[in-house]
Amino acid sequence: MNLIMIFKVALLAIARNKARSLLTCLGIIVGIAAVIAVLAIGKGASTMMVKEISSMGNNLVMVFPERGRRDAVSAGMGQGQTMTAGDAMAIKRELSHLVSAVSPTVNVTCQMVYQGKNWQSRVSGVSTDMPAIRNWDVGEGRFFSEDEELTYQRVCVIGTTVKANLFGEDDDPIGRTIRIKGMPFKVVGVLEPKGANGWGQDQDDTVMAPYTTVGRVLLRSTFKAINMMNLSLHSMDDLDEAKREITALLRQRHRLADYQDDDFETRDTTEIMNTIGSVSSLMTILLTAVAAISLLVGGIGIMNIMLVSVTERIKEIGLRMAIGATPVNILGQFILEAIVLSTVGGAIGVAVGVGGAKLIGEIQNWPILIEWSSATGAFLFSSFVGLFFGFYPAYRASKLNPIDCLRYE
Amino acid sequence: MSDLIEIRDLKKIYSAGEEPVAALDGVSLTIDNGEFVAIMGASGSGKSTMLNILGCLDVPTSGSYLLDGIEVARRSRRELAVIRNRKLGFVFQNFNLLPRTSAIENVELPDVYLGRLSHAQRRKRAKDLLERVGLGGRGTHTPAELSGGQQQRVAIARALMNEPPVLFADEPTGNLDTKSSVEIMNLFTELSNEGITIVMVTHEDDIAAYAKRHLVMRDGRLIKDDRRQ
Repeated sequence: MNLIMIFKVALLAIARNKARSLLTCLGIIVGIAAVIAVLAIGKGASTMMVKEISSMGNNLVMVFPERGRRDAVSAGMGQGQTMTAGDAMAIKRELSHLVSAVSPTVNVTCQMVYQGKNWQSRVSGVSTDMPAIRNWDVGEGRFFSEDEELTYQRVCVIGTTVKANLFGEDDDPIGRTIRIKGMPFKVVGVLEPKGANGWGQDQDDTVMAPYTTVGRVLLRSTFKAINMMNLSLHSMDDLDEAKREITALLRQRHRLADYQDDDFETRDTTEIMNTIGSVSSLMTILLTAVAAISLLVGGIGIMNIMLVSVTERIKEIGLRMAIGATPVNILGQFILEAIVLSTVGGAIGVAVGVGGAKLIGEIQNWPILIEWSSATGAFLFSSFVGLFFGFYPAYRASKLNPIDCLRYE
Repeated sequence: MSDLIEIRDLKKIYSAGEEPVAALDGVSLTIDNGEFVAIMGASGSGKSTMLNILGCLDVPTSGSYLLDGIEVARRSRRELAVIRNRKLGFVFQNFNLLPRTSAIENVELPDVYLGRLSHAQRRKRAKDLLERVGLGGRGTHTPAELSGGQQQRVAIARALMNEPPVLFADEPTGNLDTKSSVEIMNLFTELSNEGITIVMVTHEDDIAAYAKRHLVMRDGRLIKDDRRQ
């Protein structure tokens, strides 16, 4: 008896009991589909986050002052008062062999008004290096100049969201004066739209102005504390050396003794990427565990039905044996039946999972990334489940005695 | 005529209960090629055990069984399956056709396991055999669409598929009405006249009357061997 004949017999047996076969497959279908869909959504999300993070800037390193702390209360990242624009300028001056651009950054959230309209947004006081660091150019007009920065000019560049909320569609904001916290600022440019970042924050809802002006006019602070620095390295290969030298320079400038801890923290995108990577690999492990459990349950379902099927068709088994089916023929017939069931279930599961993921992505507007390697793996594994869980019922069938089968009532 | 079946001191002892029970208690017998034999006896006389062992569905506890000159008493399950496939045909009381499977596919089944014929040859032979048993136009019918007599004819056609020298029939008319019974027995007689050896178990005298040799069993022993000319 050749394989094609065994295969045909198995298919016929499954086709005879369509509803039951489908229900039997259901465990496998649901398990595979759920895993593939969730994996596609998860991978899509983490891939997009990685993309977003690399779009945060070119070879970006961020330096934050130590967290402001009063007794036990932490004031959060960037709220310490230990870092100044002078630190940023020193890094630019002394570490130019490693650092290509530096911008001190002060953030303040203000109300801004133009004619009858008003809008609340974040104003970032930055240096002229910022467009290069964040790889973010102006779409209309120009960025403010170094002269304007040095002379505390009240000029600003606005994001498209701010433009949309303060100006009419036909208005050209360039050259107009808006009031930020009551202070007049001339709009010299509009930033290119950048969209939401990986955390869903609208990056275009921002205003950039010289950090000098923001510090003096909006914060009214004489002490030039800054919230953070953004730095661009010449090359990410120098990351460790750059961090070391920045740390040494800042410790020296802050006059820290050896026994004192750093009063600042450096962050770079590789750390964030590593975090995302470890989160997503943890998720993959968890999902694989869920998949394994659901396939185990599905496999037990198949075993159960195959055992029922063997008992139900015991006369058929007896008859087949009587007219010449060898134990191996019977074993093969029932194992193949189980494999066909689980493989069909796996194939439907992959289809449902891929379709479901795409549908969810479409409806929720989520990025979807289907990894065909994991889909193929899940599919192949489902066949293996059929082989594994089909073996015991098939083995029992093959060990049956033809006379007992034929007499079975 | 040469011996087709030769058994010597065949015993089958069941030791399931407290006391071992001998279903066959030393039976010796030869059956020649082309004979039409009826095995008779009350229930529990050992006639079904006898047929199962002769049909290679069961193995004796002791004794020897030569089928077509080959010792088959102590063979593996696989070897017995191959012997049944090539040398023996079976007709059962309750027909034992595969449900929801066409008559023609039921008839083809023995060659599916043997693999002697090509697909087209197999189909042609199955059709010819159905024609032979008088069911020419019913090849596509499933067992549910056939009467008992017709189902038994399909079973006989199936038994003939691999051209076996021996046909075993276990109460072949037990589930049939008188008219169908007569038709089936006439078919057996025709096959016998063509030279096929038939061994049939029955407890009905009028059915046994079609056979040319009567073996009567009681308590696992052969008590009568009656050849009629």
